[in-house]
Amino acid sequence: MKKILRVRTGIEKQVEHFLDQVSLSGLIFRQGCEYYLSGKEEDFERKIQEIADCEHVGDDLRRSINEHLYSKTLIPESRGDVMELLENMDSLLDRFKGTLWRFRIELPEICEEFHYDFKQLINASIEANEALVESCRAFFIDISKISSHLHKVSYWESESDKISIRLQESIFSKKDLRLSHRMQQRDFAHSLDKIADRAEDIADKLNIYAIKRSL
Amino acid sequence: MFSFFLSSGFFLGWSLGANDASNVFGTAVGSKMIRFKTAAIYCSLFVILGAVISGAGASHTLGKLGAVNALAGAFLVAFSAALSVYLMTLAKFPVSTSQAIVGAIIGWNLFSGSVTDINALTKIVSTWIFCPALSACFAIGLYKATTIIINRFKIRMFRLDLITRYSLLSAGIFGSYALGANNIANVMGVFVPVAPFSHITLLGLTFSPAQQLFFLGGVAIAVGVFTYSKRVMMTVGTGIFPLTPVAATVVVWSHSAVLFIFSSQALEAWLLSHNLPTIPLVPVSSSQAIVGAVIGIGLLKGGRGIRWRTVTGITSSWVTTPIIAALVCFISLFFMQNVFQQKTYTPVEYNITQSAMQRLMDSELPHAPFEPLMWETFPNGMAFSKAIHSAANLNNEQARSILAIAELFEVEISSDLIQTLKKGPFTKEQINILSQLEGRTFQHKWEIKSALAEKSKMFRYRPADKQWNSHLDDFFSQLISRMQT
Repeated sequence: MKKILRVRTGIEKQVEHFLDQVSLSGLIFRQGCEYYLSGKEEDFERKIQEIADCEHVGDDLRRSINEHLYSKTLIPESRGDVMELLENMDSLLDRFKGTLWRFRIELPEICEEFHYDFKQLINASIEANEALVESCRAFFIDISKISSHLHKVSYWESESDKISIRLQESIFSKKDLRLSHRMQQRDFAHSLDKIADRAEDIADKLNIYAIKRSL
Repeated sequence: MFSFFLSSGFFLGWSLGANDASNVFGTAVGSKMIRFKTAAIYCSLFVILGAVISGAGASHTLGKLGAVNALAGAFLVAFSAALSVYLMTLAKFPVSTSQAIVGAIIGWNLFSGSVTDINALTKIVSTWIFCPALSACFAIGLYKATTIIINRFKIRMFRLDLITRYSLLSAGIFGSYALGANNIANVMGVFVPVAPFSHITLLGLTFSPAQQLFFLGGVAIAVGVFTYSKRVMMTVGTGIFPLTPVAATVVVWSHSAVLFIFSSQALEAWLLSHNLPTIPLVPVSSSQAIVGAVIGIGLLKGGRGIRWRTVTGITSSWVTTPIIAALVCFISLFFMQNVFQQKTYTPVEYNITQSAMQRLMDSELPHAPFEPLMWETFPNGMAFSKAIHSAANLNNEQARSILAIAELFEVEISSDLIQTLKKGPFTKEQINILSQLEGRTFQHKWEIKSALAEKSKMFRYRPADKQWNSHLDDFFSQLISRMQT
């Protein structure tokens, strides 16, 4: 019985594959940023391409899942919530791609002494994203485990806030920097911090969806 | 003429299909878990099967409440019930055909002067309270068990959706069968004593006149499902939608189980064989069962979500429906008899004859107070009941027994009558024994029963064999009905 009840359906595989893409985009993003900071242009370009592919696959999967949900009238009571969740997760994926592209377009000059904090900030955002992806998996597979992942999202978001504030203070306390240079670095720190913020917003909504589904 | 009078039964069947089918499949169709066409096909098929295979159980109780003994009367009883259901639907009240038909039969009893069997009425009315309460208990237990299973096996969201879908379909099928079995008595029950059908054998299966009537009623219900239930299903589905599909499935299963236990003769036989108390086979309201189950789940979740005002509205409609049906029936019977000059009932007279008095003396019933009433013929049950109650202080059971003893049924077992009975649903053995009574005259129904019991043990009641006795009751009611015709 246990085995029968745990067999995965086609759409479950698609949802899992989609969440894999969101998780993967975070990992690519982290590597891409590290390559940028260390000046490895070719590797950075490769990551730009990889994240674009990842986003493309994610979009296709999301569309296919939505179509499947509607055409087969699956989970009518939670369909809206699931579609909103997938859309939000996709927007997170877009944000990773968008930020990486921003690096490529603006080519910001990140001062050497801020590299550590920037890497810390990227790491916190990725950890928040990973915890969110795990929460989403729990939502589809074992709803009782959601809370054990959701609190990690909040933790990494708060860590991200702390690092971001510290970094911005450092940027503006450093002398011999043009205001435009300061503002550009501040903006990048801010947009990295926004990823964790966004993850926390999605986590809050996910918590509500879970309550609605609880028996 | 019979088919014309049967039309009101079709009307009632149609309204039952249009309304009560929504209780069975409403949630599934309204929430788009199952397509309407699929639901309608399964519902129609299983309502008919339930009606033909298991429909007999609940119809006995309705027969006891009042034996409508004229075709025009049966027509108006069914028509009044159908009209009441239709009017209540227009007023957007959740209706119950069970209550409407009970009200209409009481209306007929009042008009014809027949005595309403208080025991049967109490039995039916008590189920109106017992049915939603039982349904609520079922829903609570089933919901708890389902929650434990889901949490224990950690069923994934889409897998759960698939299981819920199949469960809703199975519950709907079971519910349709139970609805057919339980509620067909409401639709066709009043026509059973007056149906001019005989046994039909088709593909090796023999169908009794009651089963043929129930089949026709089932078809009428199916037509109601196909033509009108979609709208109601959508309303019910949306109305109950705040429940999760899992909870909705539990509600439908509870409703179906309750309807089943109130109509299953097999379950009754099983309980009897294990010396357990039986559940009365009574037509119960599927709306009541659904409402009871929803309230059960609401209570399980703390009771805060229950709209008590709506519950009060629904409960009050359960009181008003039988009253309206009784009034409509009484007034229509008056018009049918006085304006259209139709026979709406066959008068049943009562007389404490010599043999009746002897039987009273042989039994443990009081007899001395009734000696002044001997040989006095009373035009109907009500008048006789009034007379015996003023002569002695009787309880319901005693009054019922005295009424049965004094009921006049004068018949001579002639060769012509035997020939007529041969065409009826009786076996050769039964006809042979009946032939032995040729030339004898009887004044009361019980005399015929006693004479037959003397001739053969196949006509003797067996103590503590409810199934056999019920089977024998069926035979006697068929026999009396044929003799009357």
